[in-house]
Amino acid sequence: MKRIFRFLSFPRKRESRALRSGGCTALRAVWIPAFAGMTALLFAAFAQAQTAGLDAAQETRYHQLINELRCLVCQNQTIAESNAPLAVDLREQVKKQLTEGKSNSEITRYLTDRYGDFVLYRPPFKASTLLLWAGPFLLLLGALIWALWFMRSSRKPVAAPRPVDEAAVQKLLNETRAALAAQDDPKP
Amino acid sequence: MRFAIPIVLMLGVLALLGFGLTHDPREVPSPLIGKPAPAFALPGLGGTPPQLANADLKGRPVLVNFFASWCAGCRVEHPVLMQLAKEGIEIIGIDYKDTDADGAQWLQRHGNPYRVVAADLQGAAGLDWGVYGVPETYVLAADGTILFKQIGPVTEQVWREKMAPLMAGAKS
Repeated sequence: MKRIFRFLSFPRKRESRALRSGGCTALRAVWIPAFAGMTALLFAAFAQAQTAGLDAAQETRYHQLINELRCLVCQNQTIAESNAPLAVDLREQVKKQLTEGKSNSEITRYLTDRYGDFVLYRPPFKASTLLLWAGPFLLLLGALIWALWFMRSSRKPVAAPRPVDEAAVQKLLNETRAALAAQDDPKP
Repeated sequence: MRFAIPIVLMLGVLALLGFGLTHDPREVPSPLIGKPAPAFALPGLGGTPPQLANADLKGRPVLVNFFASWCAGCRVEHPVLMQLAKEGIEIIGIDYKDTDADGAQWLQRHGNPYRVVAADLQGAAGLDWGVYGVPETYVLAADGTILFKQIGPVTEQVWREKMAPLMAGAKS
């Protein structure tokens, strides 16, 4: 119910803004709230039809459950989102078991007994799902180690200069000077 | 040594890709393999007896095939099932989410490979068997244990490589 209210409050804000700015927005001022209102009503009616016979607490659990169960036909959708016949059946099944007073874990157990852990959008932590759960952290750890190693290696100090052989330098300097002097002052 | 790092990484990625390419994500492994077939009791197609229940599946290995008149994959596997029936393999048909009339008409038009055809018009038994699309075919041992589940059409290759050895093994 709260969700519907939030939804309704949105078009009202738009309406006041649209009225202020005149022009063709008069159309918007009428149509947008009308459209939004109708969709809200439709949603409300739809939601009501689905959860008829459930009390408020059960309804919350119903929405929680169907948003965490995978539809096996269209595998990237939850059974709340999908309208595949199987998803409709599974929603009905969830609802039926809620009215029978089953707990959330009993209901998910019912489904995993038939379809396996794949039906859960939040798979349990066990040996076969270890990589699934730990994988991202392992990747992160690997990346951190690599980054540290990379930063270290690039910060390595430049090798100390080799000691200079003063005598050799002096000798080379003298030779060059002598050569230059010879050039400047050629022998006649 | 350092040039080996990208090669090792690449091989790792290739191995992962290879694994992904050879596994069909649409084939959800059934948790029922190795477990007894779920309890069920269904009327025959057309609302007529014979009824079908777990006890009818025991005593010899059988195939349980979920099909429907609206299912395209069932048309694909149908000739294979007809051939198997001719060879004396016992196949139990369960018409899934269908109407009696459509199911009966479909069998009349394409032939009936089933020893018994049960009607699961609401899909309730299908839910218990973990069916999420048709066709799906189960290999059952003589004691009623599910040995194998084929998701999608049974092809000659699937029969030869996966199901036939299980059926033969279950007989002895």
